[in-house]
Amino acid sequence: MGDLFSAIWDVGTTETAYTAAARFAVVLAFAAAGEWVAERAGTLNISVEAMILGGAFAAAMGYHATGSVAVGLVLGAIAGAVVASVQAQMSHRLTADQFVVGLTLNILVLGIVGFLESEWKPSTRTASVVEVPLLVDIPLIGPALFGQPWPFYLIYLVVPLFAWLVHRTRWGLEVRSVGENPQAADVSGIDVNRRRRQSIYLGGLSAGLGGGYLLLGQVGRFDPGIVAGRGFIALVAVIFGGWTLRGAIFGCLLFGSVLSFRLTLPGLGYELNNEMLSSLPSLVTIAAMAVFAHAVRQPEALARPFIRGLK
Amino acid sequence: MISGLMVEAVGFEWTAVGEALLNGSVLKPGRWGGTIGVTIPLAMVAIGTIISTKAGLVNIGQEGQLVVGAAFATFASTRVPGPGPFVLLLILLAGVVGGSLWSGIAGGLRYWRKVPEVLTTLLLVAVASNLVGYGLKNPWLLLDPEAKVGNRNLVSEQLPPDTRMPRITLWGNEFPVSAFLAVALILLVGWMLNRTLWGYRLTVVGKNRRVAQRFGISESAQGMIAMLASGGFAGLAGALMLTGGDFANYRLVPGFSVNIGWIGLLVALVANNRASAVIPMAFVFAGLRTGSGFLASTGIERRVTDVVQGLMVLALLLPPAIMFIRERRRALASARSRV
Repeated sequence: MGDLFSAIWDVGTTETAYTAAARFAVVLAFAAAGEWVAERAGTLNISVEAMILGGAFAAAMGYHATGSVAVGLVLGAIAGAVVASVQAQMSHRLTADQFVVGLTLNILVLGIVGFLESEWKPSTRTASVVEVPLLVDIPLIGPALFGQPWPFYLIYLVVPLFAWLVHRTRWGLEVRSVGENPQAADVSGIDVNRRRRQSIYLGGLSAGLGGGYLLLGQVGRFDPGIVAGRGFIALVAVIFGGWTLRGAIFGCLLFGSVLSFRLTLPGLGYELNNEMLSSLPSLVTIAAMAVFAHAVRQPEALARPFIRGLK
Repeated sequence: MISGLMVEAVGFEWTAVGEALLNGSVLKPGRWGGTIGVTIPLAMVAIGTIISTKAGLVNIGQEGQLVVGAAFATFASTRVPGPGPFVLLLILLAGVVGGSLWSGIAGGLRYWRKVPEVLTTLLLVAVASNLVGYGLKNPWLLLDPEAKVGNRNLVSEQLPPDTRMPRITLWGNEFPVSAFLAVALILLVGWMLNRTLWGYRLTVVGKNRRVAQRFGISESAQGMIAMLASGGFAGLAGALMLTGGDFANYRLVPGFSVNIGWIGLLVALVANNRASAVIPMAFVFAGLRTGSGFLASTGIERRVTDVVQGLMVLALLLPPAIMFIRERRRALASARSRV
């Protein structure tokens, strides 16, 4: 055990560990911010994985075709929204079960993307690193937060934007009421399923953008297995954060640091059990939830479809 | 309309694809056997899922529960001496124990610490596969002592022939006899859910917590039973996969579960949580799976079969949804005309 603590200390004082953590966390944060909006409106949207993957592929194609990172990111966001529109229309217009639709989309998009990728073979590179002057010189966390490929900085826009939308606008109030008590919202004249669909679109845009960043800002080469469960981790981060945006982002950072911990260890000459390290993020979350869970409350109507007149 | 959607989305030789799918799953002689072999674990996972859904719980970790069940079953098979049929029974029991242990963790945390079971079951999937990966690297747990370490063959010992599930041949289709066990269990569970006091209690807990409280039904006890049963069935599915012979040749290997847990969950959801619909639905999905295996062998890109599978599910969802909307429109129109 002493070994483990000294390992944590060593990793905690390494600059690259923070950079890696921020990179893991930011993809999760894009996805989790969008997922958070969808969940506040009452959809437990499990097609995030598909949204990220679709976004990453569209970004690859966009970059391949035009050579511009910005075009790639825009296409990525659009692809995320396309996946979202299937989820939204199926589950909140046709009243199909949202879990079935989500699970299916995850399989379907993986299939489509894998097929198209083997047909077109997009070639891509990572975007250039832009350092924010002065701020990058902060010890330890400076390079992690301000010395990243430029799409990274979009997260500083997306998160406050979503927080403002949900907590400070009429639309956001309606979204939250739809997630808490759809019957009451319906009676007061809000189109419940439309708000839910809109919130899923927003989630898709954001997750697609995250996919675009994952590809163009981090990995650099497209592969159908690129997402590797990040969508599910983002989903978990939202629950972990107790359905607050602050908590969800904290969850992303926590996951990011655990993942980077695992990545940085071998470089520092430690050898720990690989299987244990891979299960570490899950175990840490379960332990954290066991301590904090009694203090959180989920949106009352989460994962319950709304059909007027029935309860 | 469904086929129209498919042609549009896939965009090429739909008829050829469909023909290969049907040939591979049911039409060609002897193909029913393989499809039934896949149906068994799918149906077991699905019936377990129905129990937990009935109690208002969202268990989405069947994949992990199945893996742990299979691992326990493997461990039992390598450690217990004795006559074949007795050991076989023990193996199945070990699978049940493993599965319910895994879902029991989630259930325990749900009722003791109020941790959402969606989250724990999902997270435990990843932990389960790592756990089994660890077991398969260590001879004192699961690794076959005779597997070549140099080759990094991470497999468990093969089950000896007398502890395997006997296979029978009906009209040229060979399948394990556990099919009958599965059908019996599904009928039993369906009957228990709909016709016994226990099933009624579960339903009350799932539908309305407050009513359950007034009736003096303990939510945590019922929920815990449902969770354990649900995991137990997933674990049993794992043990049946191990002993059945349609998967991985009677050995535990990394990635043993091949998404059966996820698809079984899908089966339960598509069957709309009715036990009676589980068998046909599981058979349809199993057919898709064996059919797409056949499809791949005819040289069509493997990814296409994923797309076909996904589209099929979406297509299965559409008719009831559209019927529902039509019904509502008609009701609305008649209500208007009366006013």
